[in-house]
Amino acid sequence: MTSLPSIPPAKRLGLVIDLDTCVGCHACAVSCKEWNTGGHVAPLPDTDPYGKDVDGVWLNRVHGFEAEADSSSNMAGRTVYFPRSCLHCEEAPCVTVCPTGASYKRGEDGIVLVDEDKCIGCKLCSWACPYGAREFDGDGGVMKKCTLCIDRIYNENLEPAERQPACVNACPARARHFGDFNDPDSDVSQLTAERGGVELLAEMGLKPTNRYLPPRSSATVGDGASLEDAADAGGFLGWIDRVLSR
Amino acid sequence: MTIVDDGTGRVDLSPAVSDEIKYTTCYMCACRCGIKVHLRDGELRYIEGNRNHPVNRGVLCAKGSAGIMQHHSPARLSQPLLRVGERGSGEFKAISWDEAMDLATSWLDPIRSEDPRKLAFFTGRDQSQALTGWWASQFGTPNHAAHGGFCSVNMAAAGLYSIGGSFWEFGEPDWEHCRYFMMFGVAEDHDSNPIKTGLATLKQRGAKYVAVNPVRTGYAGIADEWLAVTPGSDGLLVLALVHELLRAGKVDLDYLARYTNAPWLVIEDPGADDDGLFARDGDGNPLCWDSVKNSTVNALATDINPSLKDRVTLPDGRGAVPVFHLLAERYLDAQYGPDAVADQTGLSAETIRRIASELAHAAFAEEVVLDVPWTDWAGRRHEQMIGRPVAIHAMRGISAHANGFQTCRSLHILQMLLGTIDVPGGFRYKPPFPKPAPPGLKPAGKPGDVVPGSPLGGPPLGFPQGPDDLLVEANGTPCRIDHAFSWEAPISAHGMMHTVIANAHRGDPYPIDTLFMYMANMAWNSSMNTSETMDMLTDKDPDSGEYKIPHIIYSDAFFSETVAYADLILPDTTYLERWDCVSMLDRPISNADGPADAIRQPVLTPDRDVRPFQDVLLELGVRLGLPGLVNEQGTARYPGGYPDYLANHERSPGVGSLAGWRGADGQSQGQGAPNPDQLARYVDNECFWHDELAPEQRYFKHANRSYLDYAVKMGFIGHGDPIVLQLYTEALQRFRLAARGHGEQQPPEGQRKRIERFFDPLPIWYPPSAVDGTVAEDYPLHAISQRPAAMYHSWGSQNAWLRQIHTANRLYISESVAKEHDIADDGWVHLESRHGKIKAQVRIMAGVNERTVWTWNAIGKRAGAWNLAPDAPEVEKGFLLNHLIEDLLPPDDANNPGAHRQANADPITGQAAWFDLRVRISKASADAAVTEPGFRPLPLPPGVGPRPAILRYGIKKGGGKS
Amino acid sequence: MQPAYSVIFLTTATGTGYGLLALLGILRATGDLPDDRAFGVFALGLALALISAGLLASTAHLGRPERAWRALSQWRSSWLSREGVLAIIGYGPAALFAYGWLLLQQNDGIWAMAGWGAALLSVATVYSTSMIYRSLAAIPRWHHPLVPWNYLILALATGALWLNAVLAPFVSGHALLQAICFAALAAAWLLKIAYWRAIDSAVGDSTIASATGLESFGAVRPLDPPHVQDNYLLKEMGFAVARKHAEKLRRLTHLLAFLAPLVLIVLQAATSGQVSLMVAALAAVSVSIGVVLERWLFFAEAQHKVMLYYGADRI
Ligand SMILES: Nc1nc2c(c(=O)[nH]1)N[C@H]1C(S)=C(S)[C@@H](COP(=O)(O)OP(=O)(O)OC[C@H]3O[C@@H](n4cnc5c(=O)[nH]c(N)nc54)[C@H](O)[C@@H]3O)O[C@H]1N2
Ligand SMILES: Nc1nc2c(c(=O)[nH]1)N[C@H]1C(S)=C(S)[C@@H](COP(=O)(O)OP(=O)(O)OC[C@H]3O[C@@H](n4cnc5c(=O)[nH]c(N)nc54)[C@H](O)[C@@H]3O)O[C@H]1N2
Ligand code: SF4
Ligand code: SF4
Ligand code: SF4
Ligand code: SF4
Ligand code: SF4
Ligand SMILES: [Mo]
Repeated sequence: MTSLPSIPPAKRLGLVIDLDTCVGCHACAVSCKEWNTGGHVAPLPDTDPYGKDVDGVWLNRVHGFEAEADSSSNMAGRTVYFPRSCLHCEEAPCVTVCPTGASYKRGEDGIVLVDEDKCIGCKLCSWACPYGAREFDGDGGVMKKCTLCIDRIYNENLEPAERQPACVNACPARARHFGDFNDPDSDVSQLTAERGGVELLAEMGLKPTNRYLPPRSSATVGDGASLEDAADAGGFLGWIDRVLSR
Repeated sequence: MTIVDDGTGRVDLSPAVSDEIKYTTCYMCACRCGIKVHLRDGELRYIEGNRNHPVNRGVLCAKGSAGIMQHHSPARLSQPLLRVGERGSGEFKAISWDEAMDLATSWLDPIRSEDPRKLAFFTGRDQSQALTGWWASQFGTPNHAAHGGFCSVNMAAAGLYSIGGSFWEFGEPDWEHCRYFMMFGVAEDHDSNPIKTGLATLKQRGAKYVAVNPVRTGYAGIADEWLAVTPGSDGLLVLALVHELLRAGKVDLDYLARYTNAPWLVIEDPGADDDGLFARDGDGNPLCWDSVKNSTVNALATDINPSLKDRVTLPDGRGAVPVFHLLAERYLDAQYGPDAVADQTGLSAETIRRIASELAHAAFAEEVVLDVPWTDWAGRRHEQMIGRPVAIHAMRGISAHANGFQTCRSLHILQMLLGTIDVPGGFRYKPPFPKPAPPGLKPAGKPGDVVPGSPLGGPPLGFPQGPDDLLVEANGTPCRIDHAFSWEAPISAHGMMHTVIANAHRGDPYPIDTLFMYMANMAWNSSMNTSETMDMLTDKDPDSGEYKIPHIIYSDAFFSETVAYADLILPDTTYLERWDCVSMLDRPISNADGPADAIRQPVLTPDRDVRPFQDVLLELGVRLGLPGLVNEQGTARYPGGYPDYLANHERSPGVGSLAGWRGADGQSQGQGAPNPDQLARYVDNECFWHDELAPEQRYFKHANRSYLDYAVKMGFIGHGDPIVLQLYTEALQRFRLAARGHGEQQPPEGQRKRIERFFDPLPIWYPPSAVDGTVAEDYPLHAISQRPAAMYHSWGSQNAWLRQIHTANRLYISESVAKEHDIADDGWVHLESRHGKIKAQVRIMAGVNERTVWTWNAIGKRAGAWNLAPDAPEVEKGFLLNHLIEDLLPPDDANNPGAHRQANADPITGQAAWFDLRVRISKASADAAVTEPGFRPLPLPPGVGPRPAILRYGIKKGGGKS
Repeated sequence: MQPAYSVIFLTTATGTGYGLLALLGILRATGDLPDDRAFGVFALGLALALISAGLLASTAHLGRPERAWRALSQWRSSWLSREGVLAIIGYGPAALFAYGWLLLQQNDGIWAMAGWGAALLSVATVYSTSMIYRSLAAIPRWHHPLVPWNYLILALATGALWLNAVLAPFVSGHALLQAICFAALAAAWLLKIAYWRAIDSAVGDSTIASATGLESFGAVRPLDPPHVQDNYLLKEMGFAVARKHAEKLRRLTHLLAFLAPLVLIVLQAATSGQVSLMVAALAAVSVSIGVVLERWLFFAEAQHKVMLYYGADRI
């Protein structure tokens, strides 16, 4: 039903995305498209695919931002790449607004899904999601969204190492991590704790599961003072004052 | 609220993924990652990275993940085509393969028996150079090369002549141990996935990563520090760093003395024919000064005490000076100091000083020590591997400038001074590298080498060591159609594909008959000047009415822009439908921990009348009766086609295309008799072979006994002598001496000054010649391009998924340029070079050098090509910078338009200088809101199309809207 | 937000229909409306036609209209579901009410209850409609306490004006109704002004930095969108109306939805006969056009937080 689970899910599965190493390569977005167009939410259609007004359904999209330092921050300016997909919110408004029960949050692991056989394509859930994580499939007339690769993560037909979301497996910069936020020892919990993983639009109180790791402050080497002149007492290259051997 | 339905049971958690899995090698770009292809009902279900593969370790980039759409591109060619309309009109008729092969044979056979040079066989994004180069030699033409000449030959050459390896394919940073990493001018690179993974590793370890790049995107976006260098000025920056390190004595003297030619003595005898060459003993060994014995000694001997400084007198009484002394004299000069270069580099002197001090700190205060005992070349055991953890990587930001060879040499000098070549934390060779610097291979194709009806004496490409190795006629004119290995570009080790069409059109040095191209979009994005190239391809001799280039054969898999400019089209398969070979003889995929090679196997059967190009080439060779391709009876030597060739062809005894599972029993690697079962073994091993080096072999490869012996055994190098790194490049001095009048082989008068100026054996910096004169004032902005991570050159646009990411490109400009010209974000501008003018839409950004504008490469498309709608955004909003770039520089003599025109290229290696482009910008009207120039739409050739209006890839059977 | 015509039609038509139905139910129960069958058929018919057309139109924007019935299942949490359920339930009392009036000519007891019931459900339905918008925190200009009031009073005003127009041929000068019209219009106007002021001066609490987690930097601005061409999100939520254009439309709304009808209602009270009929009809048409404009603006001026990822600074 479109009410949220009353008991907190046993597991809170989600992603950690590391904005420090994401280079904006779109690998996650394309591999997501590739997996999911033939997966649980198949297909993810593309309209006018070779024409002027090409448009497709993507469950993950990668933005580019420029973040400039101001006097109050100790960060250097950066270009920040920002992949955006469903955050599997605890207080998911996309679920509660759904009139059909098509949108639901799994009690077991907190994954928010759309049951396409029930969806009437009213788009209300997409209006309710501030993160833009819902994608309307105008061809099929139903709503689609990130499934957290539900058909991979538990899939016994895949090798254990492959039971990860497609985007996580693909990411060449290893900027994406998947796991259970309820397990304090999981990668995702540890990374969130260590790196101060942020909750997007925290002010909205939707308690998104996914966390973004902000860029690290720049690494430094040495004290940066200019190099001292080598004493040139012994004439030109006098500082080469020892016998070398080969 | 109560749980009414917690979702249990609503989803099938374990659906069957595929009914068949096949491993092969990705070819959505030249990185060549291992892939695992899932097939369902004979259709592609999913492509993922192969976790066991040494290149990508399971990750996959955006292009690789879009392989499905490449395979299903509506631009795929489906049958051989013969031109029926005028060249360039795009009018074709479909013909059979028999007709196509007959025709090709009828063009090639006569020229082979008459003058094989009349065939120019050039290949682009080719990964079969081991085959194509050999085929060209068998045909007997020296006119063969791949795209390396316009890509990064100056860097490859700079590396091979300096350290016997180079960035990218021949080496990589030690991501695991590096403390300080500088990346110069890399947006994406061939090492696509490994670099991304490497950067993540590096950042996780808290190492500092400095990006030197006029643009702060992609890799540079995540750098700890971004140095917005002015394009073309890196050489100054690097030499200023060298200046600082020398001033402070922060160089690794022991490393220099042991592994480099720093102590070698350079003859100082102005006017002599060996001035500037190394002083040698009677056996030809270089000499150095032993500071204990106080005499000259063989510099290659062990247990000597080489001196790095002070002029000495040679036994013959002449003066000589150690390389290091010479080098220090040069770069300690104030002209290389940070203050002197600050303006030109766009970086403050203070920043340059700080970077130098950080480099010194990382190298000397943060030494990496691995407890791995190893034995050096002389058999001396060392308990540990000690490294200076500074790594550098560079690519086209350096190579696409005419000063790229010397700039890249500067980088290698910096590495050598810091002692970071193949040490823990530094730059690491990928086997089969290092090789002697430079490698011993010389190009074949001297006047006597070309004999009608016979193979060429050797491979058409190589590494000249001096004027005697040039391919020039007695009067100094080039022997090759691309002018490679001539005085215009003596060390053009990869050939000069970018000059072929212009030279063939002019008949310079001679007219050709057939231009045979493979996998290169020369009538569009890979030409320096697109419009002119199209004109040259269609130009006719006014007297005979014949095309200036009489025959053009082209193999492409897709309907690219160039298809319309060929007479005969040989349609290739996609990468999922053929055997391919990623050979060690070609461009290996090894990593620093061991050599690797790979194959591609067909995972799908073509549903069109197309053939793998390699099969076609072999068959053509048989029809032409090329010696290596037929046996005594004149029948095919490899009747099984390319797979047969891969397993059974031997380049030299024991050496073939693939290094794994050689020998009749499949037990040898590197060298061994052909193994008929070899491909099956590759397929069993997920289509690759990778040999892991032992820990003691993994560093100091240039001087590591165990590694050197291994390399000899594998056939990577001829002998196990240590490889001495070259701070001073003697080969360059030989060219210079010729320019001064010494020796048999003399440059044409007009070239002397250039040779003298540029062939400095110690790196220099010079402004690109395209910017001489008033160009800098008239065209104040630098214009450069970058490769987008999610597109491969021109081919991504036919891919329904990738094209959505880059449907059009913008011209990115800085806030200050925008302000100065009153340009608003999204506004339209004209961009003008001394050569042409384009119109484009801008985006304003902060992360760009103030005097630089840039765009994504190869997004703009010709109307009609690639089976995109003629009004697709790629056509109407996309654009190429290439229309602004010039092939040739203005005539040497400004008053004489007929005077010699030097290629717009690196004068040493002939590398095309794409990024020396200077432009001015002006506000344009947004009225038409369409980029310029535009071209007549190309019609679809037979067998291509139609394009679908909607894609529902992966839809479940019976799915869709009811 | 993209002003979808089907949704604009849905909310304005059902608003008017329910306003009309509610007034009929109440005024009939209080005996303030004539028994006249023709009037009943006409007025009730109009109300039910508007409601039904609006509801039907709402299914037009569904991706899967054939499954519309499923929308009734989630009344516990979804205002859209509640709207649907209430709308359907509402037909019950409305039918009873119509039966009592048109066939039995009764307006007391159970028939009065039916009238009150229809009115209550009408209010509840309009309230649910408004709550669909009011509940969307992602769209702050909708997620505003004045929104339900706006919807309710505008439904009342448009319903009243149409009732007034329909009633005019049968009863000349229905003072109570005219007073209701006047009061509802005035209240709606004030509310709309208050609403516009509120949203114009609201400082969004989400920024591009809070949306991206980049608050440790100074300024964040977009460089490149994920895809060059517009996608669903941009088409649906990226609609932005130029300030100038919006101001023009607001002025037009002031005029057509509020000022003109108010003047016309006063004029109607001062005139009689044909002129009065015409004036009443004109007032109804004017308010309807005005409300369509108002609703268009309600959508067009609403900003969705997702636009923070596509260039908006603060929402
Ligand atoms: N995804 C993808 N990968 C590719 C390709 C592709 O098309 N797409 N192409 C492949 C090929 S053929 C090649 S050659 C490689 C090339 O790979 P890269 O070397 O990454 O080539 P570019 O993308 O041209 O990037 C050049 C970089 O140099 C910077 N630059 C320009 N001028 C200067 C300068 O003077 N100094 C410095 N420091 N930087 C400068 C530019 O801003 C840009 O970031 O990539 C290969 N990999
Ligand atoms: N302005 C500017 N221009 C540049 C550069 C730049 O940085 N800036 N970079 C230059 C560099 S480094 C390079 S390497 C060139 C690259 O330029 P090209 O080598 O021309 O690369 P592509 O555009 O990828 O063209 C390759 C052709 O191969 C075809 N092809 C693809 N797959 C197959 C296949 O399986 N079989 C066959 N037979 N054909 C196939 C494609 O359809 C396409 O027509 O561009 C150069 N041009
Ligand atoms: S991100 Fe959006 S779609 Fe996903 S759970 Fe949260 S509100 Fe729902
Ligand atoms: S579009 Fe589908 S999933 Fe979304 S609210 Fe409507 S019915 Fe529910
Ligand atoms: S978890 Fe799966 S569905 Fe979600 S973004 Fe990643 S690949 Fe796409
Ligand atoms: S794949 Fe990884 S690095 Fe690439 S855009 Fe996605 S998160 Fe960023
Ligand atoms: S980098 Fe990408 S496109 Fe290139 S080979 Fe690897 S997966 Fe394929
Ligand atoms: Mo290249």
